[in-house]
Amino acid sequence: MQRREFLKFSALLGAAGALPGLLGGCSAPPLPGSGEVSTRRTVCNICFWQCAATLYTENGKPWKVVGNPEDPHCNGRLCTRGTGGIASYSDPDRLKQPLIRVTRNGKQTFRPASWEEAFDTIAGKMQALAEQHGNDRIALFSHGDGGKHFQRLLQAYGSHAYARPSFAQCRGPRETAFGLTFGEGVGSPDRTDMANSRCIVLIGSHIGENLHNSQVQTLMQALDQGATLITVDPRFSVPASKSRHWLPIKPGTDIALLLAWMNILINEQLYDREYVDQYCHGFEELARHVQPYTPEWAYLETGLEPALIRETARAMARSAPATLIHPGRHVTWYGDDTQRCRAIAILNALLGSWGQPGGFYQQEKVDLPPYPAPKPPEPKHDWMAAVQGDYPLVTTGISNALIDHSVGPEAFFKGWFIYATNLTTTIPGIRRQLKQAVESLELIVVVDTMPAEITGYADVVLPECTYLERYDDLRNKAERTPTLALRSPAFPPRHNSKPAWWISRELAGRLDLGNYFPWQDYRDVLDWQLQQVGSSLEEMERIGVKAFPRKTPLYFESGKPVKFNTPSNRIELYSQHLARTGYDPLPKYTPPERPPEGYFHLNYGRAAAHTFGRTINNPLLFELMPENTIWVHPASAAKLGVGNGEYVRLKNPEGTHSHRIRVRVTQRIRPDSVFMVHGFGHTDPRQRLAHGAGADDAGLMHNVKIDPVMGGTGMRASFVTLVREEA
Amino acid sequence: MINYAMVIDTTACIGCGDCVVACKNENHVPAGLNRDWVVEETRGEYPHLYTEFRSERCNHCGHATCVTNCPTGASHYWKDTNIVLVASEKCTGCKACIAACPYDARLIMHPQGYIDKCTFCHHRLEQGLDPACVSTCPTGCMYFGIMNDPDSHVSRLLRSRIHKTLLPETGNIPNVYYLV
Repeated sequence: MQRREFLKFSALLGAAGALPGLLGGCSAPPLPGSGEVSTRRTVCNICFWQCAATLYTENGKPWKVVGNPEDPHCNGRLCTRGTGGIASYSDPDRLKQPLIRVTRNGKQTFRPASWEEAFDTIAGKMQALAEQHGNDRIALFSHGDGGKHFQRLLQAYGSHAYARPSFAQCRGPRETAFGLTFGEGVGSPDRTDMANSRCIVLIGSHIGENLHNSQVQTLMQALDQGATLITVDPRFSVPASKSRHWLPIKPGTDIALLLAWMNILINEQLYDREYVDQYCHGFEELARHVQPYTPEWAYLETGLEPALIRETARAMARSAPATLIHPGRHVTWYGDDTQRCRAIAILNALLGSWGQPGGFYQQEKVDLPPYPAPKPPEPKHDWMAAVQGDYPLVTTGISNALIDHSVGPEAFFKGWFIYATNLTTTIPGIRRQLKQAVESLELIVVVDTMPAEITGYADVVLPECTYLERYDDLRNKAERTPTLALRSPAFPPRHNSKPAWWISRELAGRLDLGNYFPWQDYRDVLDWQLQQVGSSLEEMERIGVKAFPRKTPLYFESGKPVKFNTPSNRIELYSQHLARTGYDPLPKYTPPERPPEGYFHLNYGRAAAHTFGRTINNPLLFELMPENTIWVHPASAAKLGVGNGEYVRLKNPEGTHSHRIRVRVTQRIRPDSVFMVHGFGHTDPRQRLAHGAGADDAGLMHNVKIDPVMGGTGMRASFVTLVREEA
Repeated sequence: MINYAMVIDTTACIGCGDCVVACKNENHVPAGLNRDWVVEETRGEYPHLYTEFRSERCNHCGHATCVTNCPTGASHYWKDTNIVLVASEKCTGCKACIAACPYDARLIMHPQGYIDKCTFCHHRLEQGLDPACVSTCPTGCMYFGIMNDPDSHVSRLLRSRIHKTLLPETGNIPNVYYLV
């Protein structure tokens, strides 16, 4: 007995400051999963790969979230962020109730409001705006699954303008370039057939730090099977560390390298002549075009040894057509991005990898009919012609163009809906325009789960519940195996948050547009759709993911002709669309600007622990990576007199300073460059963990290069230097 | 006796930390504490570099100095295996095991006053499941199994691949292996 008393007391001492633990201090904690466990099927929403998963609760409390083994997006293994996604439910800093901007004692502030009041406020302003300016003057910015509901709402109202930052700030150049070349984009999930590749070339793409799940899995599968990995990156990235060849290229000179590779493939007769003859248009023009771009020429631009350029080109040809020149994902870098992505597309065509095993497969989705509901009326004006007429080849919204057309009293747009995107850090160099737009816009509505800088500009903030508390549309992506996946709620919405489908329907009701939303419960919509393809909501709540047989071939069938959706109906090495619209029909190289003395190329990227800025405040993921660092080569650090682990501020040539950020002195980067992970440096104090943690790259971008073909924002042409913090 | 081992392929590990988060969820590890962690080691000079990522944890040693040094018997082998557990009801929090562990794998003082550590998810092994870290790893670079079964995946991997353990010179006989 004495001894037990002693032990108990000791345990109490150890638990100083942790009062709730006192009672259970000396009994063994129950083993995980020994309580009452229940499961729900969901689709992860922490990034846009949308892995199907199972959420486990124990005794009614969140326990863990685990990948669904039947899902080809994750094969039963969620990534770091997906695993940590469960903490988004319990994040104490979530938006909890609708907020309305009010002026009190001459000072603007938010006041909590009921949903009814929030809806009435928005509907009132929307009606006034329609009467005064027309009903087509509201723009939607969206980066998330629930955005569709607001798109439907605004289309029913009369406004069709819609932009996703995933186009002009991310994948747009690639989709445009591959569309011009092959008549189709790459899509998401990317149609890369990496599991079967024998040679993979990554150009500035850091798969592994960028954790798009099945991309990572298939890359590793390929390496396990002995594929050759070639990584082109100014930084010794994670995939560079797994590569046979790392090409530490001078930033911004990728097109020079790509042209030199084409030069070798053509001049050494290493390209797939049969494939080019069968499918391609404009080979002669291309062959002539690349003649000046020898490896020796490229050496002067890229800093890469001609022998290395030749060796890697030959390695690609050896494995062709199972050679994948990866199209990358975030590709808005230097403003000539569509041309760089065209060069990548052309290189793939020369190797014959499009439509071939180990290259790019053909995508297919489930033929899932939409729920019967009235179609919103056709728009009265062509909003694209009004605001982005300079980009005739673009058929989707360019977010920065929409913002430009929201500034001033004469601006086209008078109101914004912003769904799940923090525009302030997503779109570089717009803070000034944003402030001006905020002055002239008559309505800004933000729908999100977390407070962020952009919510500070809103007139009304609507709190959405997290993906763990709501139904969304079925996941139905064009991909390798057509599959449907269901997101079903594991918990009722916390606080006074609501799902997007409910918010949009209620608001529609206030605008007399309720007939466009003929559902009381979104379960009815999902069940009806599933019934049409031989499943049901009941079945999907049980299994989570359902695969359907393919109806079309996965690769080109040998001997069968293929009709490409291009002017020549062939793969366009020489682009007729580009020629006709006055752009370079074959990719040209423009040398990038070099940093002024004492400055460095500012490179940025992803980390495995976070999805941009949206996860920084997630308690589990924050713990894993609470701040970013600025990577500096030891020689540069010595010149600047900064040491490893020291805090500095980054300064661009215009004198803008960042928040403080820790220095990481590492051999893993070129001496002319620095690197930081994007998404940090939050300034909204309502995100208590993220606020002030690390520095923000977007605010330092003084030299945003607009892509003349697709209007994207090139974000890698900016320079910074490091300024020591005074102790 | 059953000898469990974990084999981690450093050539496939990307250092993403998913193992860390999965462990925290699975085992209700309190905020601020971890039972496993990821180490990055870079050698060489630009541009001739080698970077290795390693997911590290308790080595569930064949000769566990934490067990022999525990004054209360709280540190013990689970059943007839090499899995080292801490019986929280016997632990006084004296930290002798922390001093005795060459791997710093027991740095956790649970808020309830006992020393906490990796259990190789023995509660999952009983259900025929891999440890949480192994089963979530997106690159599939982690393997778990029985060393004294020559046909197990881990045995075959160790026969066919170059590997290392950490601090073998301590004589602790670690059971986490790294393929290099």
